[in-house]
Amino acid sequence: MDAGALLQLMVLGVALAVTVPLLGRWLAAVYDTGQPAPLDRLFLPVEQRLYRWCGIDPDREQRWDAYARSVLMFGLVGIVGLYGLLRLQGHLPLNPTGRSGVGPLVSFNAAVSFVTNTNWQAYAGESTLSHLSQMAGLTVQNFVSAAVGMAVGAAVIRGFARSGSATIGNFWIDTVRSVTRVLLPLSIVLALFLVSQGVIQNLHGLQPVTGIDGTTQVVPGGPVASQIAIKQLGTNGGGFFNANAAHPFENPGPLSNLVQVWAILALPLAFPLAFGRLVGDRRQGRVLLAVMVGLWLTSVLVATYAETGGNSRAPAGVTQAPTTELAGGGWMEGTETRFGAAGCGLWAATTTATSSGSINCQHDSMTAVGGGTAMVNILLGELSPGGVGVGLMGLVVYAVLAVFVAGLMVGRTPEYLGKKIQATEVKLAMLYLLAAPAAILALAAASVVAGPGQAGIANPGPHGLSEVLYAFGSGAGNNGSAFGGLAAGSDWYGITVGLAMLIGRFLLIVPALGLAGSLAAKAKVPVTAGTFPTHTPLFAGLVAGVVLIVAGLTFFPALALGPMLEALQS
Amino acid sequence: MIRQLRPALVALALLTLATGIVYPLGMTAVAQLAMPGRADGSIVTVDGRPAGSALLAQPFDGPTWFHPRPSAAGSPGAAYDAAASGGSNLGPTNPELLATIAERAGAYRRDNGLADGTEVPIDAVTASGSGLDPDISPANARLQAPRVAAGRGLPLDPVLAAIDAATRGRTAGVLGQPRVNVVELNAGLAALGA
Repeated sequence: MDAGALLQLMVLGVALAVTVPLLGRWLAAVYDTGQPAPLDRLFLPVEQRLYRWCGIDPDREQRWDAYARSVLMFGLVGIVGLYGLLRLQGHLPLNPTGRSGVGPLVSFNAAVSFVTNTNWQAYAGESTLSHLSQMAGLTVQNFVSAAVGMAVGAAVIRGFARSGSATIGNFWIDTVRSVTRVLLPLSIVLALFLVSQGVIQNLHGLQPVTGIDGTTQVVPGGPVASQIAIKQLGTNGGGFFNANAAHPFENPGPLSNLVQVWAILALPLAFPLAFGRLVGDRRQGRVLLAVMVGLWLTSVLVATYAETGGNSRAPAGVTQAPTTELAGGGWMEGTETRFGAAGCGLWAATTTATSSGSINCQHDSMTAVGGGTAMVNILLGELSPGGVGVGLMGLVVYAVLAVFVAGLMVGRTPEYLGKKIQATEVKLAMLYLLAAPAAILALAAASVVAGPGQAGIANPGPHGLSEVLYAFGSGAGNNGSAFGGLAAGSDWYGITVGLAMLIGRFLLIVPALGLAGSLAAKAKVPVTAGTFPTHTPLFAGLVAGVVLIVAGLTFFPALALGPMLEALQS
Repeated sequence: MIRQLRPALVALALLTLATGIVYPLGMTAVAQLAMPGRADGSIVTVDGRPAGSALLAQPFDGPTWFHPRPSAAGSPGAAYDAAASGGSNLGPTNPELLATIAERAGAYRRDNGLADGTEVPIDAVTASGSGLDPDISPANARLQAPRVAAGRGLPLDPVLAAIDAATRGRTAGVLGQPRVNVVELNAGLAALGA
């Protein structure tokens, strides 16, 4: 690993250390019901009118089941609306490239994908979508799917913060506030910064020009910066262009690259700190943050080491030496020169540890160890730090499981943050833990035996299995990145990955809300000498251990046949 | 469930208006007023006419131009297609990819008059992630310089100076990788004449 890789990691670390605590405080203020929230004077009058038109009483909170029904209905309406827009885009304005309506299967897949915050893309953006679809369809779901995840995260936090409460907040208020108080202001600043770095923001179509050597070129156009800003801040990850953040018009240089990595990480990392503040013990938030950062940083170092180390199978007579003369060297297939192999490793680990799924290098072409690291990150369950709001939700479920395991070892009824963890909570936690792995393994197994599933695999050998496993991990993890050789637009993968995305979103959110509802209703038990402390490094190790053991027990056999076998062959 | 329908419909409609119409169009207006050059794609000009974007590779070929990295964008035979970005998606152990790299290395040595066994920079024989990577490594640019100088009937020095002019170091000495922008480099050559 060269000095450049470590230097950029240190700059990122400083930027996060300064901003994440501020954002944690901000989020806590936004979701602290009953207290004035930041920017009230600006947004409250607008929001109050919106609530009136919606027929919502902003002073009334919801029980967990009503909260969950709101999540499901908002998702359903979002899917139907986006599906309709994509099908009809040929008849609608803001279509300078003259794109016709998207086919039914890809429209279904894309609508599910963006509503579930996955942003798996079974199409190439620049050759499929009109500007209107990108703006009023995808950009909107970039905002609201992130806001729904944040709302759910806030509701789960309230489950632990409250006692004897029948309600866990109001979904509509949490969602609207997530957009107005957090995502929109940050996106405006980030979008303008990205334009200053060279990300385009216009309404042109494909403009033909005569190139320097006289050949004909096209220069694509579109409202790109506005979409890229929210794509990163909301851990969405769906690119305007097919090449995503590897495209120079989405990510023109090293500075735009680092700022986008920051944007992917900032809000998911701020959520545990907001959690600590709202449950009234900031140490509890810092422990979860430490688990997230530890898992993320480990994966960054492994992926960077693998990519900068080069591909041992590269033919003789080609040099991958890690020197500045070679732009950092390392394995460069699918990697952009301005980021280098080190930039690829940092981004790939970050985008899979969060549920972003945007890419700045093609994961399918990464080294076996680098691509395998990305896959392991996804299969951990998107909690290191995971998506905005939902990443914290996932880690809290693991924390519940960790105190349960600790309780079993000492023979006491487990408690977490003063709440007794009993049969209901453990059942809901297990439902949460099993839904995504069951979907991933069952659908991947079906795909490697069924003809249409096999036909969609692009690369031979163990790498082919990796493509399939990665696809369903990415779908059910609501990540959205891909081993892109897989025929994502085929009927088989269009439907099966669509199913995985729905399961990985809603079959996780509903039990987590149930858990929050059950906990919110409970009284807090006082801390005694026998209480297992959950603010210590020991507990951080226990949570990380449970995460790794559960993922290991679930996925080791599949990983052994995919990336691990490939790594041994190379 | 049905009681949730009205808030869902109204909230989606209003948030679409705010985040899907007002926000992107507002950003477009501000960007076009404040930074029109960047917002329209960082267009380079040659002899006063627009000649593509400094950020997007062009299919430079033949002895008189510096060649960009191989591209998997567009269809085979029509690479560097900025309307169809993308990488090869070939895996690191895929025999097809490894054979292609060996073939490209041979062609690179032949084109640039390098001895058999000369080590070819990795960036010169691998396809980029976007297929539109405008940059090459400094080593790659210098290995091509003698061919370009000969092709244009120029001494080597001004060509090397053009490389230096198109080279960017790490941002703030820290971020990214040192690299040479092929579009700007070739635009500079076109200005040199010959």
